[in-house]
This record gives sequence, C-alpha cells and structure tokens, in this order.
Amino acid sequence: MSADTANEPLLGVSALKRYFPIRNVFGRRINWLKALDDVSFEVRRGEVLGVVGESGCGKSTLGKTLMGIHSPMAGEINFDGREIGALIADQRRAIAKDLQYVYQDPGASLDPRWKIRRSLHEPLVVHTDLDRAERDHRVSEILEAVGLPVGHLDLYPHELSGGQQRRVGLARILTLQPKLVILDEPTSGLDVSVQATILQLFRDLQASFNLTYLFISHDLSVVQMMCDRVIVMYLGKIVEAGETDAVFENPRHPYTRSLLAAIPRIAGKRFTEDFWLEGEPPDPGNLPSGCRFRTRCPMAEARCAAEVPELRSLDGRQQAACHFA
Amino acid sequence: MSTALFLLRKLMQDRSAFLGFLLILGLVLCAIFAPYLAPFPDDVWDLHPTNRLMPPGGEHYLGTDRMGSDIYSRLLFGARITIVIGVVAVGVSLLIGVPIGLLAGYYHNWFSDLLMRVSDIFLAVPQIVLAIAIAQTLGPSLNNVILALSLTYWPWFTRLVYAETRSLLNEIFIESAIALGASPFRVIVFHILPNVASPIIVRTSIGMGFTILTAATLGFLGLGAQPPAPEWGRMISESREFLPDAWWYALAPGMAIFVVVMGFNLLGDGLRDILDPKIRRSSHAKP
Repeated sequence: MSADTANEPLLGVSALKRYFPIRNVFGRRINWLKALDDVSFEVRRGEVLGVVGESGCGKSTLGKTLMGIHSPMAGEINFDGREIGALIADQRRAIAKDLQYVYQDPGASLDPRWKIRRSLHEPLVVHTDLDRAERDHRVSEILEAVGLPVGHLDLYPHELSGGQQRRVGLARILTLQPKLVILDEPTSGLDVSVQATILQLFRDLQASFNLTYLFISHDLSVVQMMCDRVIVMYLGKIVEAGETDAVFENPRHPYTRSLLAAIPRIAGKRFTEDFWLEGEPPDPGNLPSGCRFRTRCPMAEARCAAEVPELRSLDGRQQAACHFA
Repeated sequence: MSTALFLLRKLMQDRSAFLGFLLILGLVLCAIFAPYLAPFPDDVWDLHPTNRLMPPGGEHYLGTDRMGSDIYSRLLFGARITIVIGVVAVGVSLLIGVPIGLLAGYYHNWFSDLLMRVSDIFLAVPQIVLAIAIAQTLGPSLNNVILALSLTYWPWFTRLVYAETRSLLNEIFIESAIALGASPFRVIVFHILPNVASPIIVRTSIGMGFTILTAATLGFLGLGAQPPAPEWGRMISESREFLPDAWWYALAPGMAIFVVVMGFNLLGDGLRDILDPKIRRSSHAKP
C-alpha cells in the first residue's frame, strides 16, 4: 500500500441501486422492490462502520450486493482502488480474498459433511498456492487467534457447540487475511454473555489482523459499543450517517430518534422519551411519495409528501435526510 | 471405506433391508460362480431333444425346457445377463442424469430450463412404452435393450438431483462457499454432489430393480437378448405354449425375477431409512 492510497477509503459506494422485481402470478413484473435506492457511503481503512435499521430496510441486501451475491443494477462499488461492481465472475471471485462476508451464524457456513480441517483449508486452496504444510501452519495460527484447540480440527461441525461453530466460521474467513469483513447481524440469537465474548473476539481480531469491519446490525447498543461511524437505513435509503457518538447523542432524523428511543434500558439516561415508532414500515414495493418515512413520522407536513429530502451535511460529523433536521 | 462399513452395520439392524442385501449378494454370487454351480453349464446352448420338458427332480433340479436344457443351469447364467443389464443401464443413466441435474440446478437459466423440460417429456411417457419404441426401432438385441433402458431412465436421476441441488443452493454453507470465491466446479463437485449422494444411492438401488423388471418385460416381448441366450424374460415367454402342464418352465424364471426385484426394492427402502432420517418407514430402523 503506497502512502497516497492509505488515506483513500477502503470501500467507496456511490449511487448503488438494487431493485427486485415483484411479479404477478403470470410472471409479469408489476412493480419494483427498491431494496437499495441510491446508496452512497464510504468505509475508511481500519474503522468499524455500523449499518442499522429495522428488518427489511435493505441492510442484508447491501451486504450481499457488496459481496457480489446480488449484482448491483446501478452505481459503483470501489474497493481498494478498483471498481468491482461490474466485474465478470472469475475476477469477482478473486476479490473475495480481500473482501469477506460473515453470515449471521458463521457456523451454518460450514459444510456438514466436512471436517473442520477441510473447511478451514478450503479458502487457502481456492485463493493461494500454499502447499499442505504451509496451509496447516496458517490454519493453526488462526485457530489459536479465535481461541479453539487444534484438536477440534478432526471434528465435524455438529460435534461443536454453537459458539465454537461461530469461531470456526470466523477462522475460515480470517485464513485469507481479508482487508474488509462484512459482519451480518453477528450477535443475533446469542445470549448476552456469549454476545460479549464474541464482540470482544471481533475487537481482538480487528487489532491483530488489521481488519476493517462493515457491521450490519439492528442492535443499537451493540452498534454504539463497536462502531466508529454509523449509517442508518430506512427502506433502501440512508436517512442518517455520522460518527457514532454524534448520532447517538444528537440524532437529527426522526427515524433515528425513534430507533434510539426503542432501546430498552434499565438505568441511565433515556434517549428522547417522547418518541415511539408506530406501526410497520410501508410496503417496500409501494413506497409513499416524497419522504419514505412520512407515513410514520410525527413531524410530517405537506412538503414531505412532495419533496424527497436529500442526505445533507449538517456539520462536519453528521448527515441526515430530513427537511427539518 | 468407513462409510461402507457404517452402512453395512446399519443394514444388519434392519431385517428387511438386510434380506434385500442378502438376495442381491446371492444374485451376484450366482452370476460369478455360474460355471461351477451349474450342473449342466453347456446347456446354455446345448440341445437335448430327448429330455424335453422333464419335471423338476432327479438330476434336473428345476426341470428342463422345450429344448431339453437344464433350467437351473440356464437361470444361473441368466443372472449374468440380468446384472449386466441393470448395472450398465443404471450406470449410464447416472452418468447422464446426475451431471444434467447438477448443472441445471446450479445455473438455473434458459438452457437448464430446456434440459428440465426435455426430462419432463421423458417422464411423461411411461418408461416401458418408450423403451419398447426405442428397442423396436433399433432392432432386438441385448445391447439395444440396455441402450433403450439407459435413454429412458436418466430423467429420474435428473429430476431428483435437480430438486436436491435447488434446495441446497438455499443452504448457507453453499452460499458461503460461493461468497468465499469458490469456483462453480468446486461448489458443485465438492459441496453439492456429496450432499446429494444419499438420495442418489437410494434411487440407484430402486432403479436397479425397476430396470431389471422392465428388461425382463422387453425380453418377454422378444426385444431382448436373442436365443439361445438364457434371458429370464425370454424364458417365460418361451414357456407360455407349454402352460399349464410344464408349470416349472415359467415358474423358475418368474420367481428369479421376483426375488431379485424384491431384493433391490427392500435394499433401497432400507438405505433410504438409513441415509435419510427425515422419511422413516418403520420404527425398528433406528437412526
């Protein structure tokens, strides 16, 4: 990495679009589901960028589009100085070495018929020319880093506990020493004590492998703890973005405020107590005109139905897409 | 190898599956050792007109046929033909059907749709009708029967493998292998194929029985191996004009076909229970 690329963002996404066709019973497209609509952001080297929002807001579609599992319909994905949105399959597969995706349950990403050893060797077999001994060496290093005994290599996934499976799933990603790791809901379905261990593991691994994380989650307290910056998504659009403390201390978009108000707390300051999010998000295949949030927004006025609010910079630390921010 | 041992141990616990296994083992041993087991090995082609239609007993355990040949000896040699038909026809069907199913399931584009519609067309026509048509067109011979059976049985494998592949593609471990950057070849051969192996094995066993039955039918209709080949279906066909007096003439090959087909079906059912715990046939086959 030369000196001038070090300051460049690791990942730059601009005007990314991914729509899914909604078809009627005859297979004709009757509408578009706008899972990602004009999404732009960047991930700086070494940071943890959080992506938050309710279910169905496009968080996972974002992750999978960046990974190439879905192909973008428009927009650019610039990764490590290279445009990767429109690469052909072979080239795209090579990118996977540096850009990895961790599933909600990394344990489920292990082939049930393969021993742990084979699953951990696989990324190296796919992406490197290392011989068996070198691969063994690398695998045992990683295994130590995620805190698993080498003896587990000859077990099948179902012989491990859920937490151990997650560690193996992570180890599998890390054998390639990727630059950017996309974590998709990494703590959901875990009890709180295990959650804390896993989050600590993410932090330790970030430090020792010099990783950058894109941290997708709907758990705001986890995001507050883990992320340097955060973007808030609502129905395929970014509604607020900024440094984590700025966004959490002074949320500017009413949606962010409602989300923060919904964090259950036992003690300590409660965020904006008077704000509660009502109802379900509207049908993403049939969006309201103007601002997408206006149907649930207590501040909505006539202007919100007419004009789409642009994401604009409020000060150096924060951006929001609201007419009243 | 350990997988094979595991299968064998599980089979022993399931009585009917083990019976199927023993019947098939018996068939294979008969085929291999036919020259030693048969009291009159030359009777496959030798004629003894003076001994025509002798009832079972004495030196002819199962009697003699219209040419005076020993039926027991001919049955033993017929086992070889039966095995060749079953193994080659099902083997070719596997070689055609499995790769098409894998590719069509994995890629899922217009070309795979085309392949699946072709296999649907084959499945829409009863196999026996299609096989008769093909064998009739090509002319009666053992090779043509095998060809006809292969050409009509592969869609069963394609359908099965296609459906399994489609559902595996929704599994996270397959998606993550793709996200990892594994090539389609790698994903198909190392991840998908091993995970569809169980239903393929079950279908192979049941397919053997089915194919042998269809082959016997074709032989009965005179489309199979030509005389003097001791093909079981043909032997039944020859016996018709001597019924009901020479009852042993039809009974012996009929029972042979029945036992072999039942063996493959019992084994297939048992394997299904062992390999696919989701569909349980009976409670005594424990997981």
